[in-house]
Amino acid sequence: MKKLRLFLIENSVVITFIVLLAIAIPASKLPGQFLLQEILTRLGRSSFLVISLLLPIMAGMGLNFGMVLGAMAGQIGLIFISDWGVIGIPGLLLAMIISLPISVILGWLCGSIMNKAKGREMVTGYILAFFMNGVYMLFALYAMGIIIPVLNLELLLSRGFGLRNVIDLINVRQCLETFIPLKIAGVNIPVLNYLIIAAVGIFIVWFRKTKFGQDMRAAGQDRAVASAAGISVDRTRIFAIIISTVLAGFGQIIFLQNMGTINTTNSHEQTGLFAIASLLIGGASVTKASIPNALIGVILFHLLFLVAPMAGKNLVGSAMIGEYFRQFVSYGVIALALVLYEWKRVAQEDASRAMLRGGVAPDKGKVNTL
Amino acid sequence: MDAILSFRDIGKQFYGNRVLSGVSFDVAAGQIIGLVGENGAGKSTLMKILFSMPEIHETGGYEGSILWNGSEVKFKTPFDALDAGIGMVHQEFSLIPGFTTTENILLNRESLHRSVLTDIFSTRISMLDRENMALRSKKAIAKLGVTLDPNMLIKEMPVGHKQFTEIARELCRDKVKLIVLDEPSAVLTESEAEVLLSSLRLLANEGIAIIFISHRLREIVDLCDQIVVLRDGQKISELPAKGSSVKTIASLMVGRSVETQGQTDVADTYMNYGSSEPIALSVEQLWVDMPGETVRNVAFSVRKGEIFGIGGLAGQGKLGIPNGIMGLSPSGGNVKLHGKPMQLGSPYAALKRGLAFVSEDRRGVGLLLDEGIDWNIAFSAMQIQNKFLKPLLGGLFQWRSDREMLNLANEYIKLLEIKCTGARQRVGNLSGGNQQKVCLAKAFALRPDILFVSEPTRGIDVGAKLVVLETLKKYNSEYGATIIMISSELEELRSICKRIAIVYEGRIEGILPHTAPLDEFGVLMAGAKSETQQGGRSEN
Repeated sequence: MKKLRLFLIENSVVITFIVLLAIAIPASKLPGQFLLQEILTRLGRSSFLVISLLLPIMAGMGLNFGMVLGAMAGQIGLIFISDWGVIGIPGLLLAMIISLPISVILGWLCGSIMNKAKGREMVTGYILAFFMNGVYMLFALYAMGIIIPVLNLELLLSRGFGLRNVIDLINVRQCLETFIPLKIAGVNIPVLNYLIIAAVGIFIVWFRKTKFGQDMRAAGQDRAVASAAGISVDRTRIFAIIISTVLAGFGQIIFLQNMGTINTTNSHEQTGLFAIASLLIGGASVTKASIPNALIGVILFHLLFLVAPMAGKNLVGSAMIGEYFRQFVSYGVIALALVLYEWKRVAQEDASRAMLRGGVAPDKGKVNTL
Repeated sequence: MDAILSFRDIGKQFYGNRVLSGVSFDVAAGQIIGLVGENGAGKSTLMKILFSMPEIHETGGYEGSILWNGSEVKFKTPFDALDAGIGMVHQEFSLIPGFTTTENILLNRESLHRSVLTDIFSTRISMLDRENMALRSKKAIAKLGVTLDPNMLIKEMPVGHKQFTEIARELCRDKVKLIVLDEPSAVLTESEAEVLLSSLRLLANEGIAIIFISHRLREIVDLCDQIVVLRDGQKISELPAKGSSVKTIASLMVGRSVETQGQTDVADTYMNYGSSEPIALSVEQLWVDMPGETVRNVAFSVRKGEIFGIGGLAGQGKLGIPNGIMGLSPSGGNVKLHGKPMQLGSPYAALKRGLAFVSEDRRGVGLLLDEGIDWNIAFSAMQIQNKFLKPLLGGLFQWRSDREMLNLANEYIKLLEIKCTGARQRVGNLSGGNQQKVCLAKAFALRPDILFVSEPTRGIDVGAKLVVLETLKKYNSEYGATIIMISSELEELRSICKRIAIVYEGRIEGILPHTAPLDEFGVLMAGAKSETQQGGRSEN
């Protein structure tokens, strides 16, 4: 009974979503093939971003809201290749190469600041993202066209500097999805996207098995013990954030090439929120997250996105409820995960001291001599 | 036997406060040295010097010299000491909870697979060689003569296994020659402790020297070859364990020099006190979960108008008793106040029932540091008893009466000789002694029936100490209040309490009259009484 309760609490988020979907999918009356196509596309589009969150969690830094910095770096890469007119896969690769040094610098900055605010990494990353958004705006709205020459005048506002609100990524639009065309029963499968996601998955698995990964796990579980053993905790943490930021940059490039346009001023804003919400919906917590969590989360989260507007329309008569739901659910699930984490931490602490309570002798441990 | 480690005239002072002077002794290969002494005797400072902890350099280094393998060494960091072959097992476990035994034993010393990437970048991106790691950890565990599951997670282990994992980690270093164990058996059950002791003997036979620090004198006598007794920073005695009794060591630890001081004058203070008084507070089966001061099962009762003392070494649980009864730490058990059961776990309920507590954590629990003296003194009385409040608009609002509070503060400033610029001075700017007086005044303002005073003279000067103790006595005789005083200073307890309970490992080891000889207290504090009894039982 107690085990069942524990299981229900541990997986409360996943279970809630499955129940919600069980009601919303039939209510939306959307055709199955449509849903399948959308989910496969969205899986290929968003998973990379969600996977970029895994390493900081392993390093004990919680959910990396600072990944938005990487998303900005990715967008800067895309803006440059749109300006220079580089098309197709080479264009995407170039965008990634441009984003790489920017991501590394931003990640190092973010990691260093988080090291000064140990234990409060999440809120630090969140606020840091707001701050860097200001710097990004300066770049997008003033620097482009004044300090940085822009060749393609169509990108600029009519006043001669500053980027337009929307940039059309016609040169690279969906070039990953169409690179290896595969259609099964009328459903397009983005094979290359999946290959890339598999590659990053293998990278994460390999990384965990390296000495660096071991240090990261140690630092994540107990900073004091790790540093007493001679592990340089601060460097390890910065490294985790740098990798996360770089991956987030690549992830944003993959995401936007599928969407086909950049909303110059706000494409990145919700990246962190939706990625984090997806991961948590997949059953991850602030201290533990896996690749299956990421993939399951993306599927559940996007299914709800898809069906909520139609379900809302059919049930309440308003499609707006779907958009409302999206925000509501994202913030709600993050709040729930944070509360659950704290609750679990306190419960565990109590449990670990349980033997000291109740006026009984400590648990007789079994130690056998050879 | 040649000494592998020698301390020569080690001395150390922290900001003019001398904690060690002229300590010398040798440790030979394969020898087990027991290091004993009361809290503050200098044991941990000595070990910090050996390991060259940063706090030693930061406070101006140490005097004397340390010889390792016959030549003088000055380690720059703890890691240098580890590299030289000295291992340390700490009192608190420094293990990673989510790692396995093997991973913890080899923390940051993992075996690695080399690859091309390693040559290009750094060794940190090589994969771990799990097979070799398992092999190495098994070897280290085997040296201890116990079986541990190499793949078990630390957080799922019984405490004893954690202790062995930690020792195995030190053994796993290639050339470890000396291991320092700081209170390794404090958290172990009796059977676990026995296994630990036989493991340590096994290690000593292999030629590894051991410095064993423990409050369990029975273990020290059983295990060690040589015993070094420290008191007040000096080596009092070094004697072979064979033939020494727990009692001799206990009295060496506590010291006899002050035995006949300050006992006669107190007796008459208690002329009025008699056993006919009703029981004010009775405590049964009390447990308190206070980190570092766990109370497991405590029973005692205090009569009305009594000053009752609770003593014992730090970490044994004496501080947990008042914190548990007052509801500051999770606690349970039967506590009866004037015969009626008391609700535990709520400071408000305890205060409401006429209990008050002067906390050992003056700055954290006792005072509002940014407020004035008047506020601090009146605060609890205002919150709990609605004192210093005047009704406004027919009682619709309660208004604070600043003048009454000021008068009260001035009264106590005079009474307790609080040195300050005025009743409105920020408490944070007062000296420790004066802060303590404010804490007392705050408790007195509640006019409690039963007053808990925890470490009332810790960190304050002699003059203030006297005033504090005198005031306690006065409050007791004038108002007939019951006072329960918890203190690490035995002399202080003996000077004002009639009965003194000694706490050991979360239990009351015994209650003695203040006139009992000092070595009897020493035996209780070292837990020697129950251990001799237990020893007797297991022989039967």
